[in-house]
Amino acid sequence: MSGKSTLKRLDWLTILLYVILVAFGWVNIYSTTLTEEAHSIFDFSTRYGKQLFFIGVSLVGAVIILSLESNFFERFSSVFYIVCIVLLIGLFLFGKTIAGATSWYDLGFFNLQPSEFAKLATALAMAKYLSDIQTDIRKGKDQLYAILIILIPVILIVPQPDPGSALIYFSLFFVLFREGLSLKYLGFAFVLILLFISTLKFGVVWVCIGLGILTSLFFFFKKDSYKIAKLPLILFLVFSILISLSVNFVFNEVFEQRHRDRFSLWLSLEKDPVKLEKIKKTIGYNTYQAEKAIESGGFLGKGFLEGTRTKGDFVPEQHTDYIFSSVGEEWGFVGTAFIIIIFTIFFLRLVQLAERQKRDFSRMYGYGIISILLVHYFVNVGMVIGLLPTVGIPLPFFSYGGSGLIFFTAMLFVFLKLDSSRLKEL
Amino acid sequence: MKKILLSSIIVIVGIVFIGRLSYLQIFSFSPNQILEDPAIKAVYDYPERGYIYDRNGELLVGNQPAYDVMVIPRDTKTLDTLEFCGLLGITKERFIKQMKRAERYSTRLPYVLVPQLAKEDYARLQEKMRKYKGYYIQKRSLRDYLTNSAANVLGYISEVNENDLLNNPYYRAGELRGRTGIEKQYEDMLRGRKGVKYIQKDRFNRDIGPYKDGKLDTLPKLGKELHITIDKSLQEYGERLMVGKRGGIVVIEPSSGEILTMISGPTYDPSLLVGRERSKNYTKLHYDSISKPTWDRSILAEPSPGSPFKTLNALAALQEGVIDTDTKFRCYNGFYVGKNKKGCHCGGGVRDLNSGISSSCNAYFAGTFRKIYGKYNTTDEGMGVWEKHMKSFGLGNYLGTDMPTGRPGRIPNKKFYDKWYGAGRWYSPTIISNAIGQGEVAATPIQLANMTAAIANRGFYYTPHVIKQIGDQSSIDVKYTQRNYTTIDRKHFEPVVEAMANVYRYGTASRLKIPGIEIAGKTGTVENFTRIDGERVQLTDHSVFVAFAPIENPKIAIAVYIENGYYGSRYAGHIVSLLIEKYLKGEISRKDLEKRMLNKTLEHEYAKPYSGEPFQINEYVW
Repeated sequence: MSGKSTLKRLDWLTILLYVILVAFGWVNIYSTTLTEEAHSIFDFSTRYGKQLFFIGVSLVGAVIILSLESNFFERFSSVFYIVCIVLLIGLFLFGKTIAGATSWYDLGFFNLQPSEFAKLATALAMAKYLSDIQTDIRKGKDQLYAILIILIPVILIVPQPDPGSALIYFSLFFVLFREGLSLKYLGFAFVLILLFISTLKFGVVWVCIGLGILTSLFFFFKKDSYKIAKLPLILFLVFSILISLSVNFVFNEVFEQRHRDRFSLWLSLEKDPVKLEKIKKTIGYNTYQAEKAIESGGFLGKGFLEGTRTKGDFVPEQHTDYIFSSVGEEWGFVGTAFIIIIFTIFFLRLVQLAERQKRDFSRMYGYGIISILLVHYFVNVGMVIGLLPTVGIPLPFFSYGGSGLIFFTAMLFVFLKLDSSRLKEL
Repeated sequence: MKKILLSSIIVIVGIVFIGRLSYLQIFSFSPNQILEDPAIKAVYDYPERGYIYDRNGELLVGNQPAYDVMVIPRDTKTLDTLEFCGLLGITKERFIKQMKRAERYSTRLPYVLVPQLAKEDYARLQEKMRKYKGYYIQKRSLRDYLTNSAANVLGYISEVNENDLLNNPYYRAGELRGRTGIEKQYEDMLRGRKGVKYIQKDRFNRDIGPYKDGKLDTLPKLGKELHITIDKSLQEYGERLMVGKRGGIVVIEPSSGEILTMISGPTYDPSLLVGRERSKNYTKLHYDSISKPTWDRSILAEPSPGSPFKTLNALAALQEGVIDTDTKFRCYNGFYVGKNKKGCHCGGGVRDLNSGISSSCNAYFAGTFRKIYGKYNTTDEGMGVWEKHMKSFGLGNYLGTDMPTGRPGRIPNKKFYDKWYGAGRWYSPTIISNAIGQGEVAATPIQLANMTAAIANRGFYYTPHVIKQIGDQSSIDVKYTQRNYTTIDRKHFEPVVEAMANVYRYGTASRLKIPGIEIAGKTGTVENFTRIDGERVQLTDHSVFVAFAPIENPKIAIAVYIENGYYGSRYAGHIVSLLIEKYLKGEISRKDLEKRMLNKTLEHEYAKPYSGEPFQINEYVW
């Protein structure tokens, strides 16, 4: 064991940012879950007490991870992956249902959520597979295997039902892109999403007109227009129009009402005031209250423990998915901007670390966890401040929840361990 | 490209988030937080509205409890509408309409379903109320009038409207506010300051304790007691005399400017505008466009002042030195303006100042008036001097009383005539009627009373006011305790006052003498016209009278204006005489005179223009 050199080579900036996020997160959990009766902060019957306990567990876990052999994770990544698949399958038999989703194992004092563990395991398995000398991501067969690694946990998580968590796994495609998967796929997905949203918002006719205008502009401004290959362009046009035409079918027949409501709210599609009112009262209630709470914070916020809407429990799930709203109310723009900046520095630093890895496995794993954490952060904050439709996933290191915190910490520290030993493994 | 893709996304996401947050927290942020916050409920504690007393400490306005039926729409359950409406005493249609309004206002805030239940209704309802979820009875305080007079002075209060809510952040929906009279003018003092408690609520609308431990809460501040200058018994007596007559009466104490009585006829009982029948009564009063009971004639009517105005012309002429007490004019039972003769009722002969006033000679004053502007090179210049003298008596502009409304009356000047007739197109005959208080001059009854007070004081007046004392404050607005001097020297007043005394001794009011009291006064008979089917039709003259008494150390100055009351010493003169005796002696010695005035009405005169028949004016019906 080279404990001393590991400590020296650890990236302490990342750890500092991590500590800031966890600490500030706990402060807000304390504020949102504080009740009239005074309890000690170590009282484990309260949420803030429990979270403090989870923070302790996470730190112990981090120390354990740092003291392990650095190639332990690479070696056992397949085992982790298989274990997590088994755990996910096991949920169908032994799972505990909370709020409609069978996503937990009841361990008595603690509910374990294997989908959180699966994020870590999948990131490891992905890195392991891609870094294999025999794998070539440009080959169709290998692409298929890589995608399978992502899709298996997704298929097991969606029926829990926990589509929010399932969504996260798609972020691992970033790793594939980094490692050579053509960006055309990303462009294709982007176009697909854009078409879907614009068709919902503006209707098929306008989308077709828009596509027509875009194509003409393309021809008009391109100097050597005769050089343009006409066939792919026409195919693209036809394909786009077909997608656009199918949007309504997908939206109305494949989507369920609650999904439709989320989109209606987000894109303000619903014109019927009665239905709109209903949407606002049900699914829109969270978003509306969260936005109002953030707005009411103003520039400086109302102060720690002074958030009236936080105290009144106006924003549901304000200690978990909506914790950012109470930051907004009590700490104001100063607080929210601070968190955004910390997260931004945190992610940029992680990208920097990933890029300096000498070993493919470390870099790929790094990209894997960055993608997972980034999508959590993007979807969560975007949802709370009303930019994205409602999707129930937590804010990493911030939201209340044991499994989340422990496995996010584990993910991060595995990477820090890999990073600290990058020089030895040349 | 691939290496910076993720970093770019991270930075872009950060910028977008901060942009959105600055939009929410900096640009959309509204500083009026505490009232818009659904987590904070403000509970108000209303202090009792201040009482109003008359000048002798008699209570005029107090408070009485009333009971509103309130509803919180989202707490209601379906109920037997018919039975409930029966209990409330409203129709089903009204109930449905009110419920819709309540829901539109807010589903979770209380709304007044039925305002101001009577005590008996309250007792009947109270025991059954708990059957109806979401409805409750709220006690509040209403005005209680201990007099049936002075509605125009006291004013009334009513619920604030959307305009008030928009313009004054103090008020919340459902609160009351003074609308006219004293209630409006002294609203801030009378209402006091409501106390407020902020309560933190959770999302189920349950109270979970005081907000910020009650640091922002305030205690209610009691409304102040108001003492006003009105003499309750004189006001009530005056209103009894005004029954069946239209017009205005203003009585002022010259030595202080305090308004003793201010009457508009016809008037109404102030308690009509309290309680459940309020809106019905208000509609009835408000839409009576013929007798206009809510239109305060004592401060808003602007008739020509008629002959009392002659006293001012005499004073102005004396001040300008264009006449002295011996200057004489011949009356040819009228006077000539060019070739046209204008009539006079004085009996003709040679008139001087004394007989000119006491017998109200038109010819004398036409001559006097000509001399005033004849002194100057141009008529314009003379008009300017004359206007200045008249305005120094508080005419031709807002008087500045502490009544929330008023009218300026009119002292015409060059500008006015130029506008009316065109520059250079009017001549001295155009303006000669002002000599005798007809023509373009106009004054409200309170201006006439104030002018009389200025004569009684021999050259100054205090701005008329109704406020005597506010709470335990030691003084009132300095505006009401300062003398306003007229432009006439003190020495010129004596001959005019003497002539006014002669009006009673042997002049136009000689039959209205009060034994033991020396009065100075001046009658006025004002020609007036209306339009019927587009034609100008003359109506029976307005009766005007101004007086003050006693001549030395005057205690009372009074102006009475009675629409279509025939000549000055008829209705107006009688009422003046009775009011002076009542105020100075406390009782009436001339019972026959009093009886006549209490019983006579002028309804037959007021009916004439609406009868559609040809009619006679100035009939001698007595």
